[in-house]
Amino acid sequence: MTPPHEAITAPAPPATRPRGRIFAVTSGKGGVGKTFVSANLAAALARRGERVLVLDADLGLANLDVVLNLFPKITLHDVFTGKCQLEEAILPAPGGFSVLLAGSGLVEYSHLTPEVREQLRKIIDTVVTRFDRIVLDTGAGISDVVLYAVSLADEVIVVATPEPTSLTDAYATIKVLATQQQRQTIRLVVNQTGRLGEGRVIRGQLQQVVDKFVTPMLPPGGAAVKLELIGDIPSDPAVREAVQKRRLLLELLPGAPAAKALGEIAARLAP
Amino acid sequence: MHLDAALQLLRQAGHVLPDAGSTDEVTWMQKLIDGLCELSSRDPLTGLSNRRQFEMALAREIDRVARAGEPALVLMIDIDHFKKVNDTHGHAAGDLVLKAVGQVLHDCIRPMDTVARMGGEEFAMILPNCPPAFGHLVAERVRMKVGARPVPISPGQEVRVSVSIGGAFAPQWVRSSAPLWIERADQQLYRAKSSGRDRACLEQPTVSQVSAEEKGMLFGTSQFMDLE
Repeated sequence: MTPPHEAITAPAPPATRPRGRIFAVTSGKGGVGKTFVSANLAAALARRGERVLVLDADLGLANLDVVLNLFPKITLHDVFTGKCQLEEAILPAPGGFSVLLAGSGLVEYSHLTPEVREQLRKIIDTVVTRFDRIVLDTGAGISDVVLYAVSLADEVIVVATPEPTSLTDAYATIKVLATQQQRQTIRLVVNQTGRLGEGRVIRGQLQQVVDKFVTPMLPPGGAAVKLELIGDIPSDPAVREAVQKRRLLLELLPGAPAAKALGEIAARLAP
Repeated sequence: MHLDAALQLLRQAGHVLPDAGSTDEVTWMQKLIDGLCELSSRDPLTGLSNRRQFEMALAREIDRVARAGEPALVLMIDIDHFKKVNDTHGHAAGDLVLKAVGQVLHDCIRPMDTVARMGGEEFAMILPNCPPAFGHLVAERVRMKVGARPVPISPGQEVRVSVSIGGAFAPQWVRSSAPLWIERADQQLYRAKSSGRDRACLEQPTVSQVSAEEKGMLFGTSQFMDLE
């Protein structure tokens, strides 16, 4: 008989209200477009009629505010320190979704203290009943803050580019998530692809290494780790333009190939 | 009558209840219930926790790890070639060995740890808040202490036994399940047994490093060309 699997510690669902799905977006390597994907995916999901909240879980070095060109007076920091209510920190973002920003100055939260854990968990417990989808935009690397944020999510999306360094770090992340959190399905977005089908090939390559090196590390009797490609985003000058202008690609250039790809990913994620 | 049977069980186990008349009825009943609870959680031979108590402690530890993210270690401990002790010296000698090993294990632990006899010659330990860096040290200490203690089985006769130990840490932040955690420790016990016994094997903590071999395969000869 298959032993029951170690489930991720997600906040307990409330008895009455339905619970939104929590997605963690992570990457291993920085600078692969994680925050860009989080924000534009949120916009694409919002266009499909979902209530979406993006939570800036990159507590030490947040930059969702930069991507969205939002510099609010109230951030997660004020919620953590009890200066403000959670409701006051949830802001409407361009693109029709909501954001909970960390602000770039939360260096003291780049280490995972019991207080930070408790605060994050409490916040997620609260927002999970108010939104259809929560996107946790995590920091780069495989720090304990990142791993903790991912552990709070129902599903995890790893963003990688075809660059060897990005693939290596994406693989390291997948390995840790599979062995430490017993993740069985890990979703993959390949950003900045150069040609059609590159994402599929990269998924295959990663899956092959996972099958050979990661699955044998797992307790026997469980299912193998499966990488699921949910889309590639082509290299597109429109992305650079949107990032430079600090606008959402989906708003600035909705017809761009990268914007269309993000729309397709959102459609694939839709329930 | 059930009450008589219960009292007899407690007497046999060495529990002393106050005389029925010497205290009020509620206090007396409470002492009776306490005594029975204690009895139902102990292994009668070694006095250690039994499997039932171990599973309760493990469930509590899983909650704590998931909540606090602290490291915690489970060790499965098995006496090597125990059948040979029984076959050579008889079951009474086997019982003496079990008791002695139980005592050594009990002497090895901190107050917050749990040590249990799981059945037969198998024991288990739960070590809350045990950092991964110390896991192997702790397991080795247990193994060496058991090996260093000869067990007198009859006047002038002693036997020495060794133990094999397998250990696994709870995955931090994650709600584990008791069967899976025990299974992971059992896997390591199997490894210790099959690589020669009288040793401790612990599950390797999570590694995020990517080996040259893995990189080789990731960027291997086919290099994104003819895959799939």
